Amino acid sequence: MKKYGSSLFLALVLAGAVHAETVFVTLEKDNALAVVDPIEGKLIKTVPVGQRPRGIAISPDNKFLYIATSDDNAIKIIDAETLKEIGKLPSGDDPETFALNPAGDRLYVSNEDDSLVTVIDLARKKAVKQIKVGVEPEGITVSSDNRWLISASETTNMVHWIDTKTNAIVENTLVDPRPRAAGFTADSQQLWITSEMAGTLMILDAKTKQIIKTIRFEVSGVTADKIQPVGVVIDKGRGRGYVALGPANRVAVLNAQTFEVEKYLLVGQRVWNLAFSPDQKRLYTTNGVSNDISIIDLESQTVTKSVGVGTYPWGVAVKP
Amino acid sequence: MHLPEGRRAGPSRMNILHYWRAMWGIIGRELWRFVTQRERFISALVRPLVWLFVFAAGFRATLGLAITPPYETYILYEVYITPGLCGMIQLFNGMQSSLSMVYDREMGSMRILMVCPLPRWFLLLSKLLAGTAVSILQVYVFLAIAWFYDIKAPWQGYLWVLPALMLAGLMLGALGLLLSSFIKQLENFAGVMNFVIFPMFFMSTALYPLWKLKESSALLYNLAKYDPFSQAIELIRFALYGQFNQPAFIYTLAAFIVFMTAAIIGYNPSKGMMSKKGGG
Repeated sequence: MKKYGSSLFLALVLAGAVHAETVFVTLEKDNALAVVDPIEGKLIKTVPVGQRPRGIAISPDNKFLYIATSDDNAIKIIDAETLKEIGKLPSGDDPETFALNPAGDRLYVSNEDDSLVTVIDLARKKAVKQIKVGVEPEGITVSSDNRWLISASETTNMVHWIDTKTNAIVENTLVDPRPRAAGFTADSQQLWITSEMAGTLMILDAKTKQIIKTIRFEVSGVTADKIQPVGVVIDKGRGRGYVALGPANRVAVLNAQTFEVEKYLLVGQRVWNLAFSPDQKRLYTTNGVSNDISIIDLESQTVTKSVGVGTYPWGVAVKP
Repeated sequence: MHLPEGRRAGPSRMNILHYWRAMWGIIGRELWRFVTQRERFISALVRPLVWLFVFAAGFRATLGLAITPPYETYILYEVYITPGLCGMIQLFNGMQSSLSMVYDREMGSMRILMVCPLPRWFLLLSKLLAGTAVSILQVYVFLAIAWFYDIKAPWQGYLWVLPALMLAGLMLGALGLLLSSFIKQLENFAGVMNFVIFPMFFMSTALYPLWKLKESSALLYNLAKYDPFSQAIELIRFALYGQFNQPAFIYTLAAFIVFMTAAIIGYNPSKGMMSKKGGG
């Protein structure tokens, strides 16, 4: 009985170990990558990755991490197991944000200073095209059906719809000032874009490429100038969407069908980027000024824990 | 006037029954009084609710800059202040009981209670338990309202907080008892408000965490740290989040024993303040 008990315990521990996911956070000022166990709510370790790491993504097979090390003018390829650098991508100058296509064979980088989007072939590790876009491109994403590449220009206040087959701009949509982050719904029918200056979220229809709804955020007790929406994610079933509100220190929870704001969740200071856990039961936020990440339990819609990670946490990626 | 201890005791079984009846008589009377006096029930709730809905709302964004145990993430001010307001309910309840004891003494009903053939400490403890039971009832109603206001603790916390509320209520009630043994007349109660309740409440962790007080003054920080009311609140705060704060528990328990002992002495007609006042 005792033997069974201990093997059961072992099985539970192993099962726990299998299900436990790892959260990777880029630390802009520490030039490092923080590795967090979100179930335990603990920082496991911090490893150096290069100068000023910001944008981060994980390959669809979860084997590689891509990290934009802005001051190295490169995107680094890191082995997601050993966390060793295994290669570099020619990203152009000062890469900050980039997007990986669903197949994981193309990577699109915003080159803010040159008003360009660089297309990288990941198999050959080469830049295959540079697309001229508006001034200061920042937000970038690819639709889940791989049809559209979206680049948002902060100064031109424009969203560029780029055909992924031809790498050419098909259409442009004018949006609220300083568009920051963009995200498609899982069915690729809607594009959600945040405007940092107007404090809004815009929902665009992928067919008409027009804004169908603009949501203005208002948090009681927080002045309007502090509401600067940045990161945006929408769950798979298009039940809810989440928007990081920057210095308002809140994450807005929206009903993704009615676009009503359901709740504002208090997280750390200057919340920047967001990422779901693989099962979409949790949401992780990077809080740039308070130097931590917050863990949100999506079933109860509550912030369960904030974990200190290091100076200026910027991007976040999750490995199952 | 009082019979010696030995002569009071009858057959021992009868004695336990006596104790039991007397205790429930006192607790039952107090609970009945509380439930039937609707105004008292409402006014006991209004005070903490005003603090929660008005005062805390104004300071909503003041906290959230540092995470202190038992909290694991950033919290709004109203979440922080809630355990403090539970403590406030118990503090005022303790004082209210002491007020009613002064009244009872003036009216003479205290004399009737005190000549009952049971030890004085037992009667006082029963009085105390009665007051604590009332305050716990008030706290749970308050927590239920707070729950609808989206101030939610883990559900186990609502069970763990019960023993914490019991000890905190006993300690604050014992303090009330002690004070009531000093107060000669009902009119002197204003002094108790100014010199005991307010300093105790404002120099505590009810409204602001210790680290915030430390920023402004080391003296204030120390006063708040050793305020038994702070310790009671921290005991409640940790319990509400399923954690046991041992130092706060020991401190609150010790404070209860000290206050209770002093109150028993205070109510002893031959030694305490009663003889000097000629009341009772």
